[in-house]
Amino acid sequence: MMVDIKGLTKKYGSFVALNNLNLTLDEGVVFGFVGANGAGKSTTFSILATLLSPTSGDAFINGKSVVREPKEVRKLIGYMPDFFGVYDQLKADEYLDFYGASYGLSADERKVLIPQLLELVNLTHKRYEYVDLLSRGMKQRLCLARSLIHDPKVLILDEPASGLDPRARIEMRDILKHLKSMGKTILISSHILPELAEMCDEIGVIDNGKLIAHGNVAAIQEQLQGDKRVIVKVMDQLEKARAFFEEDPYISSIEVADGKKEISFNYRGKTEDQVNLLRKALLADIPIYTLTEEEKDLEDVFMAITKGADEA
Amino acid sequence: MMERFSNPVLLKELKLRFRAFKSFSGLMFYLAVLCIFVAGFLLIYTQFSGTSFFRPNDSFTMFAVLSVLQMGLVMFMTPGLTAGAISTEREKQTLNILLTTTQSSTQIIIGKLLSSVAFLILMLVAGLPLYSLVFLFGGVSPSQFITIFLLYLVTLVAIGSIGIMFSTITKKTIVSMIATYGAMIFLGGITAFFFFIGVSMEQMSMGMSTATPFSPITYFWASINPGALMVTILYPEMANSLESVVGISLPIWVVYLIFYILLTAFCLFVAIRKLRANMKTNR
Repeated sequence: MMVDIKGLTKKYGSFVALNNLNLTLDEGVVFGFVGANGAGKSTTFSILATLLSPTSGDAFINGKSVVREPKEVRKLIGYMPDFFGVYDQLKADEYLDFYGASYGLSADERKVLIPQLLELVNLTHKRYEYVDLLSRGMKQRLCLARSLIHDPKVLILDEPASGLDPRARIEMRDILKHLKSMGKTILISSHILPELAEMCDEIGVIDNGKLIAHGNVAAIQEQLQGDKRVIVKVMDQLEKARAFFEEDPYISSIEVADGKKEISFNYRGKTEDQVNLLRKALLADIPIYTLTEEEKDLEDVFMAITKGADEA
Repeated sequence: MMERFSNPVLLKELKLRFRAFKSFSGLMFYLAVLCIFVAGFLLIYTQFSGTSFFRPNDSFTMFAVLSVLQMGLVMFMTPGLTAGAISTEREKQTLNILLTTTQSSTQIIIGKLLSSVAFLILMLVAGLPLYSLVFLFGGVSPSQFITIFLLYLVTLVAIGSIGIMFSTITKKTIVSMIATYGAMIFLGGITAFFFFIGVSMEQMSMGMSTATPFSPITYFWASINPGALMVTILYPEMANSLESVVGISLPIWVVYLIFYILLTAFCLFVAIRKLRANMKTNR
């Protein structure tokens, strides 16, 4: 496995920023980290980037311990923080050249790599521009290029699309998709959840320093949304249909919309139970013409999770 | 081979420093102060003597005052150049990215220090043509001249290290700046004050007894004061006077050198240790 986080805990006095976080990621996985502000995403990323020491626990990048071998870990990771500054008196190519040298690349290697990276992030035409004069989106892309200069196995991207306009966000997303195709393991946190859902293989949801869910996007949605909300439309016999559904032990919170000839209810049964329910309804001559599940996207899930945190 | 010894932070800092307008304006201000002083000195001395010539003794006086002035400028400018070295990176949010590179903490700190020291040395070198005027009129030996420049170098590296240390351990540049200027005032002013108190107490006790004076604490305050060392370099007879007051014959430059080298080493050690998060093995 490429990333292995074991019992990671970070405390600031009595405040627990991270509470026994465990997570494993295989090579080439794109992992999306979801959580409200202050949930512990940036703290986790800072520890993985060797910027912060954990109170207890450890994390391993390709088998190298963040606590005991930070220098080795730095060779393996490319880190892009949520907020970052640039050296305003440096040009784009000089900026990359400085970081290339900082990773111990030779001048010849840097000479070859820098044009390639600028091309990857669509900044070739800005090569000799001062970094300070670039737009926010361009700076973000340049910072991404910077994090790739030593060809890291793992990319840690903290809110890479924050503050970007829609066009810049799409450009950033396309670059990340390209990096995914290159086989990089990517850890990314973002509030642009639909985009995250689209590009991530796995999602982790963190709340109050605890990882409350981890898996692929569909599994997370199923795990977090609880009871399904099912909507049934019938031709007629609305009351008969209502009486039928009320008898089912998996059904609760039935609502009837007379005008639409529609019944909705929470259903906590499994998929097989749902098949049986439909079969029984048809045998009972209830004229059902559609049965749908109300879909919740990642944003709904996120809102549901963070609601509690905001209220607290 | 060169790649092994190159320091990316040093090269970047030099590039940024010499592209910034404030570096040139700072250098210009420094040279303007020296020019005004030298021109004024020459004018006043030739006017007062009424003979329009400059005696070797006058030349030495100009050298002495110029040396003190330059030391003052070095002590004034070094904290300004070094006390923001790390904290400015932190404030500009460039430090975290720098710390995730494979550069060691030592490389980063030394790079920061050397870039500031290089700029200060450039200032001293830029002032050399004005300084060398004293050789036109005689009265100053090259060895005195070299010793004074070595004193500048040791002092500015030490104050620079203090600045880098405070810049690393404090979060804000303004706090680091105040702490560094405070340390500089202690070394340049408070030590002199303690020395004079020590001398006064020694003289008071001498009045009551005939024993040979022995005051290592007073000697120590004199030894770590840049002004005191400069005076003993410029006027060697002052070293004898000091010896007669404190009763210690060891030249003060020895203690000065040891103290400032240890101070530099301590400050750099603290800065290197505190730069990154305290992992188990972080060097």
